[in-house]
Amino acid sequence: MTMETLWFCLLAWMLATYVVLDGFDLGAGILHLFVAKNEAERRQVIRSVGPVWDGNEVWLIAAAGTMFFAFPKLLAVALSGLYLPLMIVLWLLIFRALGIELRHQLDDRLWTQFWDFAFAGASFLIAVCLGAALGNIIRGVPLKQDGTFFEPLWTDFKVGPDTGILDWYTLLVALTATLALTHHGALWLHARTDEAVAERAGRLAGRLWPFVCGGALATTLASIRVQPNLTESLAARPWGVAFPALALAGLVGARLLCTRGRAALAFLASGAFLYGLLASAAIGIYPYVLPARDPALGMTLHDAAAPKSGLAMGLSWWIPGMVLACGYLAYMYATLPAKFRVRHRADH
Amino acid sequence: MDPLTAHRFHFAFTVTYHYIFPQITMGLALLIVVLKTMALRGDAVANQAVRFWAKIFGVSFVMGVVTGIPLQFQFGTNWSRFSAAAGGVIGQTLAMEGIFAFFLESAFLYLLLFGERRLGPRGHWVAALLVCMGTWLSGFFIVCTNAWMQHPVGYEIAPDGTIVLTSLWAVLTNPWALVQYSHVMAGTTITASFVMAGIAAFYLLRGEHLAVARRSLSLSVVAGLIASALAAFPTGDVHARLVQKYQPVTFAAMEGHFHTGDAAGLVLIGQPNVAQMRLDNPLVLPGVLSFLTHNRWAATVIGLSDYDRHLWPDQLELLYYSYHVQAGLGTIFIGIMVLSSLSLWRRKLYHRRWLLWILMLALPFPFIANTAGWMTAELGRQPWLIYGLMRTADGHSTQVSSGNVLFTLLGFMGLYVLLSALYFFITTRIIAQGPETEPVQDGVEPSRGGGASA
Repeated sequence: MTMETLWFCLLAWMLATYVVLDGFDLGAGILHLFVAKNEAERRQVIRSVGPVWDGNEVWLIAAAGTMFFAFPKLLAVALSGLYLPLMIVLWLLIFRALGIELRHQLDDRLWTQFWDFAFAGASFLIAVCLGAALGNIIRGVPLKQDGTFFEPLWTDFKVGPDTGILDWYTLLVALTATLALTHHGALWLHARTDEAVAERAGRLAGRLWPFVCGGALATTLASIRVQPNLTESLAARPWGVAFPALALAGLVGARLLCTRGRAALAFLASGAFLYGLLASAAIGIYPYVLPARDPALGMTLHDAAAPKSGLAMGLSWWIPGMVLACGYLAYMYATLPAKFRVRHRADH
Repeated sequence: MDPLTAHRFHFAFTVTYHYIFPQITMGLALLIVVLKTMALRGDAVANQAVRFWAKIFGVSFVMGVVTGIPLQFQFGTNWSRFSAAAGGVIGQTLAMEGIFAFFLESAFLYLLLFGERRLGPRGHWVAALLVCMGTWLSGFFIVCTNAWMQHPVGYEIAPDGTIVLTSLWAVLTNPWALVQYSHVMAGTTITASFVMAGIAAFYLLRGEHLAVARRSLSLSVVAGLIASALAAFPTGDVHARLVQKYQPVTFAAMEGHFHTGDAAGLVLIGQPNVAQMRLDNPLVLPGVLSFLTHNRWAATVIGLSDYDRHLWPDQLELLYYSYHVQAGLGTIFIGIMVLSSLSLWRRKLYHRRWLLWILMLALPFPFIANTAGWMTAELGRQPWLIYGLMRTADGHSTQVSSGNVLFTLLGFMGLYVLLSALYFFITTRIIAQGPETEPVQDGVEPSRGGGASA
């Protein structure tokens, strides 16, 4: 394996871990208004993501930093080309964080209602944006001869040469992503809360599951049509079929385990589903890091990577750094209670 | 608006606003560790103070996080040509910040804020120490990134123009970074000390929460004295010498020194008049600039007129004012803290109302000084984005039009007005409520074993 491919795998792993971890607190946010009906339950949902959302979001920051030094041209071209949706995501991230952190500062109905709505609405829109972003990468962006692009938010919603951020394909991916993260969040709440919230979340997970399956199937078929590299890359690396298989096993496992009352395992299975899907996407675009609508203009690993000396130097601190980071996070997750129990008003 | 101006203003606005918060949290984290150490030795009042200051810290930290995330992405969105060329170097330090500092902070912040009962005194002290380490590491990696742009080291230029990292160690031990870091950290400690002293003085003037206020005031006055002294000497002095050696044009512009001459004077006040190449209404200490830079009263100091105009920082007047504001305020801070420390030593501080008034009203000024200091560094680096290697005009994303930049700039401005209102509202509430005596039971973090805690 070359140094460039190694960093491609590490970066894909970081981004996928971001989606799996922030995914469940985004999903919990999307469900916030539906699973939590009163003040005690709303607090319970917020408590279940309060200690972890920041650490989960750091995966995105750390992945962006890793992309910056390993694939500087990818960062430069992709972030400037996706300028508008990215800035909108940043605003949404601000709102969402405020919802979680400011809600409990004041015990007032209007205040908490406002932040509940901010938390739920921003979580939903971020999930949609993440899905649309993934759709754009898989489908390919309108890179020009000079190696840059600037995508408007939408053009004619067709998957033609001059695409916008939103077209029928990216909207489909966005819908599937939102469904998958909502399902993931429902399983988190089902596993880590109690009483009414846990029950409602479990029921919602069951109802969402067929839609997640349908979305995943439709997205897979559409992706194969929109991005021919997907099947070519898998044909060249037959072992890569393990990833879609992992996704399938995770999806089926999540449902079976949930109905058998193994809530924590069901949540982990849902994580395996997301890992499998994202790894399939990563292997599907390889050796590109940024596929283009015109395949000849696509940006490959080799085009985007920093010089080998820098990549090798990066490994020397990245490995110990991530081992340490995973250690802190494991400790932090271990200090969380097994269940975030509902605390009724009378208890205070 | 021309795109370059729009991109510059976009980054300037978002980074300036962001830095209001880290300068509180980095300094306050250190003071919290000191208080927590006192608490570990049986000082119950210090522990109460920790609970109070941790609340201010928590809200400031959240504001720092949410305004900081956009900055990481703006390298790619707004400065793509710079990112593509230099990412192999500065991407390393930025990624190290995420991996070594942000993960650490995020894992232990909650335990610091809400885990006191569960962790016990020692565990809670460790959490405070780790969060402090996280914030200070974060500052270090960011300063390394900036210092490399001020004074690039450890690189070579590839045939295609890309900047290739040759030694990460050289980037992390860049002499510019070490000096800049110590100066910046002195600055954050000044801010946190004045915030703590200002709020404590407010309580003492009102006759409320006397025990916590006295403990906080005595610590912050001593910390403030040490930090403001260190900000001037040696860190500020050595930093100015580095600028004079490696960025001589910048130095001349900062000082408002237009013409080369012997026995150059140090300008205290005066308005730069670039068209006439002179200072209006100057107040000058003769020979002092020569002495400060060359240790000789009669030494020659090169003036702006000896450099080509294309090398001058483009915002010359603003650079001059930024530098004079930070240096002037820094001097005043030393004065206030010397007076306060003397009064503390003679056991009169808690009752000297005029001095408490000064401490309370001085609270906003370190923010101005820190901001002016960073403006000096950033405006002084112009017209270079990487000093001597890449001009600012060659770094922005040309494919992002000024219309799009202005759209997001206005969006950030609106959002940050809202953030300011929320921050002000919440911190004033925390201050009005005052220190509590019980560990924080916030309704966010359950005690061990879950269930109702009260």
